[in-house]
Amino acid sequence: MTESDGSTQPMTTTRAPTREAGDAAVLLLGITKAFPGVVANDDITLALLRGEVHCLLGENGAGKSTLMNVLSGMLRPDAGRIVVDGREVEIDSPRRALELGIGMVYQHSTLIPTLTVLENLMLGAGGGLRLDVRGARARLAELAGTLGVEIDPDAVTGTLALGQQQQVEIVKALWRGSSVLILDEPTSMLTPQGVAELAKVLGGLKQHGLAVAFITHKLHEAAEMGDRVSILKQGRLVGELGPDDLRGRSHEQLQAEIVRLMFGEEAKEVADVAELEERVEGHEPRRGRGEAPLLELIHVSAAGDRGQVGIHDISLSLLPGEIMGIAGVDGNGQRELAEAIGGQRPLTAGEVRFEGRTISTLGVSRRERLGLRYVTDDRLGEGTVGSMSVALNLVLKRIGEPPFWRRGVTQRRSIEATARELVERFDVRTPGVDARVATLSGGNIQKVMLARELAFEPRAVIYSKPTYGLDVRTIKAVRARIREQAEQGVSAIVISTDLEELVDLCDRIAVLSRGRLAGVVESGPGVAQRVGELMVGQAA
Amino acid sequence: MSDVAATAEHTVAAGRAGRFAALGDAGIRSVGPIVLALVAGAAILLALGRNPIEFYGDIVEGGITRTTGLQDSVTRMAPLLLIAAALVVVFRANIWNLGIDGQFLLAAAMVAGVGRDLDRALPNGLALGLLWLLAAAVGAVWTIVPAFLKARYQVNEIITTLMMTFIGINVANLFIKGPFRDFESTNVPQTSVLPVEQRLPDIPGTSIHVGIVVALVACVLVHFVMTRTAFGLRLNVLGANPRAATHFGLSVPRLVMVSFAVSGAVIGLAGAAEILGVWGYVRADWNPAFGLIVVPLVFLARLNAIAVIPFVALLAVLSIGGDLAARRADLPNDFLLVLVGLILLFMAVTEYLGRRRALGASYLTEGLVAALRRRKRP
Ligand SMILES: Nc1ncnc2c1ncn2[C@@H]1O[C@H](COP(=O)(O)OP(=O)(O)OP(=O)(O)O)[C@@H](O)[C@H]1O
Ligand SMILES: [Mg+2]
Repeated sequence: MTESDGSTQPMTTTRAPTREAGDAAVLLLGITKAFPGVVANDDITLALLRGEVHCLLGENGAGKSTLMNVLSGMLRPDAGRIVVDGREVEIDSPRRALELGIGMVYQHSTLIPTLTVLENLMLGAGGGLRLDVRGARARLAELAGTLGVEIDPDAVTGTLALGQQQQVEIVKALWRGSSVLILDEPTSMLTPQGVAELAKVLGGLKQHGLAVAFITHKLHEAAEMGDRVSILKQGRLVGELGPDDLRGRSHEQLQAEIVRLMFGEEAKEVADVAELEERVEGHEPRRGRGEAPLLELIHVSAAGDRGQVGIHDISLSLLPGEIMGIAGVDGNGQRELAEAIGGQRPLTAGEVRFEGRTISTLGVSRRERLGLRYVTDDRLGEGTVGSMSVALNLVLKRIGEPPFWRRGVTQRRSIEATARELVERFDVRTPGVDARVATLSGGNIQKVMLARELAFEPRAVIYSKPTYGLDVRTIKAVRARIREQAEQGVSAIVISTDLEELVDLCDRIAVLSRGRLAGVVESGPGVAQRVGELMVGQAA
Repeated sequence: MSDVAATAEHTVAAGRAGRFAALGDAGIRSVGPIVLALVAGAAILLALGRNPIEFYGDIVEGGITRTTGLQDSVTRMAPLLLIAAALVVVFRANIWNLGIDGQFLLAAAMVAGVGRDLDRALPNGLALGLLWLLAAAVGAVWTIVPAFLKARYQVNEIITTLMMTFIGINVANLFIKGPFRDFESTNVPQTSVLPVEQRLPDIPGTSIHVGIVVALVACVLVHFVMTRTAFGLRLNVLGANPRAATHFGLSVPRLVMVSFAVSGAVIGLAGAAEILGVWGYVRADWNPAFGLIVVPLVFLARLNAIAVIPFVALLAVLSIGGDLAARRADLPNDFLLVLVGLILLFMAVTEYLGRRRALGASYLTEGLVAALRRRKRP
């Protein structure tokens, strides 16, 4: 059937209209899934209804991804039943899930970076031996139209920005005419405009009778996009708010209620989270300490990877304790900038200075020892080694250094003791420090990376999307830590697509556009608007 | 806090059960392909009209129970173990040094070529020590070209190491037929012979030369380095995720050069062990081709330099006993290669089934799996 996919299969949604909106497309009954050391899903019963966006919320490690991976055939449950379209089914592979009309966009990209968009999509299609390239092109055009996005079929996937990759993932999930769409944190990499677009798309899909499951950590997204909200806590379903509950309340009330369900007794700690998300006014810029800049970029240029923009002639200067934001749409040179400062990417021109001395020729480890840290946003691709333990991952940037290594010999005790302390301090939810990092939930992997960079006395830190995939409470803790360190004179560069985050944290915000600095805005009233204008001005 | 405690308790219990299950899986994966290969081998023997029970009986007799059987097998283990240890180093870094035979032969030829003269000029112990070093140096040097091409230009090392083997074998022959040729001996070109009493001493009370001790020490050392040291960890990171290696500030080109050189050096030692311990000379066109039969064993042992020892022992018995069995069954000597081929085949089958049924971890490192799935960035 795949061979004719593009030309004859009319819409993404052909399966749905035969049934009423409000029917259960999927019933999960008593789903239980345990891993060594944790019960990730404990007897969860949940229905996904047609024409509804069902939001799943819960702190990091609550079991959201696990539950959806069970539904999409990536994981087999230990107990429980799955009913699709009124029939009990066994979903033993992602392929089976696709056949049943269940498509999923995973938390971490499953696209093959060296293949083109079209090749990736045709790979996922499965089926016959003959490749129907023309049909696939037509299908892509059709789906892109439905989604209201533009996707170049022949772009090499790895060269696309993460936001664009996410669009490709959504197309891939819809490719076979899904009637159930699962999105695992699809907005974590998107700009606010991107999120708004996605909301529109979901609205359209709902109209066609799709059932959508939507995992997010952003309460306002749940309040705005969700027709129904379920909350998981430590593997259990602890609350569900139906359309009636949602309609009756203001967004603020709703967010407070969700926070209460998510964190229970500890909710007070995060009472102001809702407010935190709403705040768009900047604060008075704090002056950094002293006169001498800690970190300086002087006319820095660096080449981009194949097909990607490099950075051109960037000059920035950070005082000790200053927090500088870098705003801009993903793929405008953010990664190149971070890597150039971190020492991973050679400069083609200009100079990077630390405490007045040039460090342009120093490698990553030398800069690391000076106290320069880089928190990457590609946590599985380069930030961690999934097959190694949490403990080892916490010291992978200090291989060979005392006290973890003595005369080149690994001091396990010392590594594990430090790891236990960091796991506690950064609240990493893991069965133990010897668990492999790949088995942790997305947000907890992020915490491992943050712990690694922020421990061991940093002096200046480059954060690329520091709170990507974290739950509200952890976001709050991380931002507090960044501020606290700034008080102690640690400078920070925060790269983010989330303008609110930048406004909340930064003393100054620079806008990066096509690899060039479009301007720098001081924090203060109306900063978000001024940054927005800069971005728009550049985009035109 | 109480959650944390509860989780911790949970972990201990589940962790233990998990570990046993994992061990069981590892067992099935490692031993399964060998058992299946032996069974399939028996079927082939039947089809050829031979009695498989007799054949395998002869292998056991030739490789173990016959007077010198066990000692011959242990002797054969020495070069195989050294090669296995060398491969663990590179394979863990996801570097495919398949130039084993070239490195081995060239080292062997050099040792044999200068062995007798050096031994005449220097005290025996010193000469032997220098010859080991020479072998290591030759093996290491023969990796420089593929290592450099990979480190600098990302040239695929599978192709370059295989080419270097081709060149290495011919260069070895050139030396044996040219400067190293001993004209006093037979008409087949060969090097001069190191007298038996000047070769590696035997372990007292046996006819097993001390090369096996060197090999076992090498295995333990490699295991220690790969699991307990900074250097080993760097190689493991490189093998598991090369982009992470860059992010962590590891010098990837240097790691590639060094791990290649180390593996070449240890393979060179295998050549020295075989010449100084067993043969005493090299004849033109001699090539035991140990390399490619050791490769699958290293994967069966999950790239673990200690776990590889029993597999190498089995291979040694098969290869020594196989001679006798093949002769008695009137089959060509290559039956061993058939068995190794079958082991590879069943490894592939187990790997496939294992992935389907989540049967423990893969034979391959994460980086290898990723590379095979073309996930790796260019
Ligand atoms: N393959 C695995 N092996 C072992 N444990 C796992 C595995 N996958 C998930 N877990 C564990 O199950 C729990 C739930 O993980 P899950 O990924 O479902 O969380 P999540 O709710 O998606 O969190 P996040 O918001 O951080 O993505 C975690 O404690 C995690 O460590
Ligand atoms: Mg998740």
